Amino acid sequence: MTAVFLGIPTAPRGVGHLRGDQSFPDAARESLRDGQLRANLGHATSTIRAKRAAVVGEVPDWAQLREAGRAIKAATMARLDEHLIALEEQVTARGGTVHWARDATEANEIVTRLVQATGTDEVVKVKSMATQEIGLNEALEAAGIAAHETDLAELIVQLGDDKPSHILVPAIHKNRAEIREIFLRTMPGVDPALTDEPRRLAMAARAHLRERFLRARVAISGANFAVAETGTLAVVESEGNGRMCLTLPQTLITVMGIEKLVPTWRDLEVFLQLLPRSSTGERMNPYTSLWAGVTPGDGPQEFHLVLIDNGRTAVLADEVGREALHCIRCSACLNVCPVYERAGGHAYGSVYPGPIGAVLSPQLTGVEDNASLPYASSLCGACYDACPVAIDIPSILVHLRGEHVEAQTRTSPEAAAFRALSKVMSNPRLWRLAQRAAGLGRFLARGRPTLPAALPPPASKWTRTRDLPTPPAKTFTQQWAEEHGR
Amino acid sequence: VKVALFATCLVDTMVPQVARATALLLERLGHEVVVPPGQSCCGQMHVNTGYRREAVPIVANHVRAFAGAEAIVSPSGSCVASIHHQQADVARRAGEHALAEEAAALAERTHELSQFLVDVLGVTDVGAYYPHRVTYHPTCHSLRLLRVGDRPLQLLRAVRGLTLVELPAADQCCGFGGTFAVKNAETSTAMLTDKMANVLSTGAEVCTAGDASCLMHIGGGLSRLRSGTRTVHLAEILASTEDAVSPQQSTKPAMSR
Repeated sequence: MTAVFLGIPTAPRGVGHLRGDQSFPDAARESLRDGQLRANLGHATSTIRAKRAAVVGEVPDWAQLREAGRAIKAATMARLDEHLIALEEQVTARGGTVHWARDATEANEIVTRLVQATGTDEVVKVKSMATQEIGLNEALEAAGIAAHETDLAELIVQLGDDKPSHILVPAIHKNRAEIREIFLRTMPGVDPALTDEPRRLAMAARAHLRERFLRARVAISGANFAVAETGTLAVVESEGNGRMCLTLPQTLITVMGIEKLVPTWRDLEVFLQLLPRSSTGERMNPYTSLWAGVTPGDGPQEFHLVLIDNGRTAVLADEVGREALHCIRCSACLNVCPVYERAGGHAYGSVYPGPIGAVLSPQLTGVEDNASLPYASSLCGACYDACPVAIDIPSILVHLRGEHVEAQTRTSPEAAAFRALSKVMSNPRLWRLAQRAAGLGRFLARGRPTLPAALPPPASKWTRTRDLPTPPAKTFTQQWAEEHGR
Repeated sequence: VKVALFATCLVDTMVPQVARATALLLERLGHEVVVPPGQSCCGQMHVNTGYRREAVPIVANHVRAFAGAEAIVSPSGSCVASIHHQQADVARRAGEHALAEEAAALAERTHELSQFLVDVLGVTDVGAYYPHRVTYHPTCHSLRLLRVGDRPLQLLRAVRGLTLVELPAADQCCGFGGTFAVKNAETSTAMLTDKMANVLSTGAEVCTAGDASCLMHIGGGLSRLRSGTRTVHLAEILASTEDAVSPQQSTKPAMSR
């Protein structure tokens, strides 16, 4: 039998939340019409942008920290296989069990089996992007297990039967009046006199959650970091709900993408400075939980670490795109992105929205399954500047556009036009002719300074909202040649 | 300095007055200007839309057209940024290593207008006169890829008669983004609307920038709204003098010869 190499597998279809039902332009067209969403997002992102800018600005060696973060991630990815084996050894030596999941389906099966083995039918969850990515809650629900989100924003999303729209603040698209309405409608036993005062809302959530924390026998978390040399897992959070999940239940299951590890304990020094300032705009986050395996008589007595690939190895194989795996999920790129701020997170279709989502999701699924995402950017570069590990997101976006174009087997009208234009622009004689032809467009204007607004597609995409200037009778190079006798 | 002017495909074809102003300005400052006739495009639109293979012959043409030029100047931040950051890369990716070397060498001699004036020529007062209320939009590629910083503002502050007003949220993208403006026309327009609101809030008569493409976008929106504010390229402002400046400068360059 001969083996045929079919490429490194990407995240499978039909499971998890990496693919949307609509292309980005179609989804954005709808969300742009939602005035409340635009107001909520504009307010939230500008607030957090200002906070981040202030706390990043006060660190004199931010540029060096950022470079250190980038360098550690690059070095880690270059020897990821070795570090993963080391991590497994350390976790095992400290009484934990490591499970390897090729993809979302396998990861969901592993976690479901582990929960079922405890005999419980409910779990509490720490906010986690990895479990959102693989659609774990739905998989557990199908097995008759209720998963309770305990992060406040994640709880709002879950109660509202909604989808997260931001990496750090999943309910960023909701304002407090909307949150009050969701709580009143869905929270059992909630005080009907609940107001939209943030403190009252937090207290209602607290009462709702406390009961679940005390009852739960199993918790599921993600991880911000895992230290290979010590087998330590790290969760960084603001509310303390994560700490409750990580310490109270008997069993803890942590689901983590294989790219989240750092080689040494010392490396945390860099990331624990970069992350809070970039994400919440705080000097330090309120809660950092660190644990290695199990400690007899203290905290969970059973610990499972589920390492998921789900397309990550395929990303690692792309020498330009692999930088996307350096992401520490701070969401600074979302908060500074003018496209995200207006279209909102749902328009991206994936649990990873914004600039990082636009480079990560298409790589995890294969570009053709998320082909509109690399184009969902004006390439303004604000994301690159804000990224605490200096991921060159604009360059990866451009690279993925190239991958998409080169994956086409049929010639689209766009491709035909670009190919023809390439021939023309690489031949000065043809280019001068083409410029003259473009100049004929001025006859459409009939003496006006702009062309008619009712041009046929694709020009209509421009002229529906913007005027086009009337082309001049002569190009600059033509005028110049005439005046200078060439 | 003998300066080879790269007009860029858009300026050459659509807004020739911007290239003319650049040439006039450089000549007024005592430099010889040549316009290599073989020039067309830097290839940026192809690269950024995903047609990086098709961009290679365009890069080759650009390198041929400017071969031997000692200094190349262009009134476009994003085209210069593409020359600096993309041309050699796409050539190398296509296996055209000799072309990549030539493109990289050419990039080192290629300058965005404000950087050329301030850094290479060492001038901030170019002797311009422009009696208008002006706000400046720092285009994304000038700001973040070329890091032109406050050079355009230094140049504008030295212009006689010019009132410079600060643009709120200046560093936010106008929504142009090349083919983004048509592929994601709605999002692009939403970004443009906010940019226009900020421009209009300044009460400026003129919004200027170092990129004709972004200005075509902002100007196209302002014109559609019948607002009185127009867009004028930085080069046109710097080329204006007491002898040749006109309120209608956006569509009719005052400095014809």
